[in-house]
Order: sequence, then structure tokens, then C-alpha cells
Amino acid sequence: MEAGIVAYGVYIPKLRIKVSEIERVWEKSASGLGVIEKAVAASDEDACTLAVQAARVACEDFCIDPKRINAVYVGSESHPYAVNPTASIVAEALGTSNKYFAVDMEFACKAGTAGLQVCYALKKAKMIDIGLAIGSDTAQSKPNDPLEFTAASGAAAFFIGDSKEEVIAEIEHTCSYTSDMPDFWRRPKAEFPEHTGRFTGEAYFKHVISAAKMLMEETGYKASDFSYAVFHQPNGKFPLKAAKILGIDLERVKQGLLCPYIGNTYSASTLIGLASVLDVAKPNEKVLAVSYGSGAGSDAFVLNITDNILHRRAKVKVWDKIKEKQYIDYALYVKHRRKIKL
Amino acid sequence: MQNTAPLNWRRFPERYLLRGSYCETCKQAFFPSRAICPNCRRKGKLISIEMPRTGKIISYTRVHVPPEGFKNEAPYYLAIIELENGAKVLSQIVDSDPEKIKIGAKVKKVFRRIAEPDEYGTITYGYKFKVVE
Repeated sequence: MEAGIVAYGVYIPKLRIKVSEIERVWEKSASGLGVIEKAVAASDEDACTLAVQAARVACEDFCIDPKRINAVYVGSESHPYAVNPTASIVAEALGTSNKYFAVDMEFACKAGTAGLQVCYALKKAKMIDIGLAIGSDTAQSKPNDPLEFTAASGAAAFFIGDSKEEVIAEIEHTCSYTSDMPDFWRRPKAEFPEHTGRFTGEAYFKHVISAAKMLMEETGYKASDFSYAVFHQPNGKFPLKAAKILGIDLERVKQGLLCPYIGNTYSASTLIGLASVLDVAKPNEKVLAVSYGSGAGSDAFVLNITDNILHRRAKVKVWDKIKEKQYIDYALYVKHRRKIKL
Repeated sequence: MQNTAPLNWRRFPERYLLRGSYCETCKQAFFPSRAICPNCRRKGKLISIEMPRTGKIISYTRVHVPPEGFKNEAPYYLAIIELENGAKVLSQIVDSDPEKIKIGAKVKKVFRRIAEPDEYGTITYGYKFKVVE
């Protein structure tokens, strides 16, 4: 059996703010983004707590003994510490042994899929039993910045192994397309990230399309071979446009397109979409997943769903998880996101 | 900045995994951990176990004037929870509709930030609970 996904878990904070509420405060329209509302981490949540929640639910749903985890990679652009790893806190909270590889990953919104590639490589090299890759973010945004309409919070955890009884989706192939294209960044002491407006769209499509085409060239697959396609979701429209450029039926993107209802969860974005696809995919279906991280790069994957999916899935589907929500107004939003300094 | 990291580190098993004690002699669970069983004394045989992740509220209050490190949280709910094995835990209740926070309500453990004394020190993580249907 090829190395692949043996378990997955998603955590989306309960709080939501409607984009219309942010529009009301700043008297601006964000209708072009295709986002209705976004998930907001509470004031006692951060990328670390979200990561733990996502990984724990996966351990429970798929009966994974944390002692089997030999690698922990947490991708985020909002790690709670500048120095002190999130990965070791997550592992300790899961109850792993002390024999595991660990590091925090950072590559804007693709740090989670980069962790997935590392775990896949370690598994192929037979250096681990199970590897854990997490994408988790409580994305920051300056008040009244276009990012504020979409920057959201969420986490997804993927466990990589190769047991034929456990693998639900084989990773058939992965590749990355990377270049130096600074479209979004945050300097060390800056509280909020900066971006280049429309240039971020140019960077997104250059990398996402190039990575997807590279993957198809290297594997021989055509757009029509994929039952589902998941792309990084900075807004509700870019993934659909990427699919159109690649000749992928838009209906095959919708299952994994959560951004309109939870916002852009940064490092978790592609992974939450992929989890949603695994909630419904059938054996032998092929799934294309392409992340995007500013700065810039895209990781592309093709997954082959196995028969194990019939008896190994998350207990609560992602589309059902997002129904548990509590709306807050802008005042509570700035309190929870610590934009009010006490 | 208070150097609380070593003290917190010694409590990670308790705070991260709800590790407590279980006496194999009298079959009673204790949280936090005990050095000696209060029932059996020298005859007791204590082992370390992970507590159940679910329980029910047996008493609660709403805190409006928080101690240092909890300013961002107030107002918040604090409850005494009886876990499924009978051990009792004092914990914050989060992510729960105030109307559903009541005696007898079922709760499940979640992982959250507990306290953050200032912007330079370590962040304390650990358990809180949320009401589940």
C-alpha cells in the first residue's frame, strides 16, 4: 500500500461574524469576494489550541493511539510564540511518546500542506509509523483592511501512514511550484500582515495553475480524471476561477469549497476542503488538491481513495461541523481577536 | 515577568491530559493527583490515569471580576464538574449558550489557553469544558 492519509480531523471555532457586519462598520462593500461569513477564534483560542482540537478529534474518530505518532509538523502563520514550538505543545497535549520528529512550518497559507509532504516523505522512507501534519491559523488582519473580510480561523489535522487496513487515501504523487513573489508578508514586529492588493491574485493563479499543470504532466492525469478538486481558498471566487482555467467541472470543486461560510483559514484552508471531500469520496475516485502560500508557492497532490473509506470516516462531516455557530457583532469580534488593548 | 514556566511544566500531564490518580484498592479516582489515597492510606495502591473527557456540571458561577491573567476572558463561567468516574474538576465553561449552562448539563473537555500573565511570559494551556447536547 502506498503511503497516504489514515485519519483526518477538522476544528472550526464556534464564533462567526457576517461579512455584512464588517461592511456596516467600515461602510464598504465586499460583495466581490464571495464570502458570507467567517469563523472567529475566541480570545482563549490560538493556532495551537485549534491544532490540538483538530488532531484530538481525528484520534478519537479513527482510533489512533497517539503513541504511534513519530512526526508532528504544524504549519501556521499565526504560531502563538515567535520562539518556542507549537508542535511540541500539540504533541504533549495529544499524549504522544517523546520519540517524534517535530518542527513548526511557516510558508503563509501552504505551511500545512508542506507538513503533509514531509510526513509523506518520512513514511516513504520508513522512518515513522504515523506522521501528523496540521494546518492551523487564527489569521490576523488590520482593521478596515480588505483582509479583514476574509481572514478567519480553523485547523485540519492529517495523519499519514501506510497500513493497508488504515489508508483511506493513497498519496499517488505530490509536487511543488515555488518562486520568489512577495505578494503578502509580515515583518517580525508587525502585528498585522501587509499585501499587494490585486498582485496577490496574479501570484495565486501563477502558482496554483503551474503546480496543477506540473502534477498532471508528471502523472499523465487529465482534468476530467479528478472526481474532486480542492484549491486554496483566499475568497469564494479564486478556486472556481482556477478550476475553470484548468478545465475542471465547477461542480467538482463545490464539496471542498468552504470559504464562503468560514472565510480564509490560511494554512488550514486547503486541508479543510480536502477533509470535506474525504467525508463523501468513494473508493477509486481521484482527488486533486492544490494549496497556495504567499511568497510564493503551491503544493499539488493527487489522491486515490481506497476501499477503507467505506468504514473509516470522520464521525461529523465538515459541512455539519460548520452548522455549530454563534454570531457575534464587530465589537465582540475585536475583543476576541485582541484588537482592543487592555 | 514571573518565571512560572517550571511550575507550569510540572503540571502539564494534569492540565493537558487530565491525568489524575486512581486507587486500585478502593477503586476511587482523584483529581488532581494524590500522593496517598485518603481512604486507604498506606494500604492504598495509587496509579496515574487519564481522566474521562466527559462529565456533568454539579455547580457553577459567572465571574465578572477576574484575577490577573484572565482580563480578556471576563465575564466567564466557572463550574465544578463531576467526571464519569466520579472525580471532580474545577474548570471554565466555554463555547456554551448561557441558557444551557445549568446543574446536570453534560460537558466535554476542550483544549484552550488558560492564562497569559503578560505579553512576555509563557502561555498556560490546559483543559476547559463545553456543554454538549
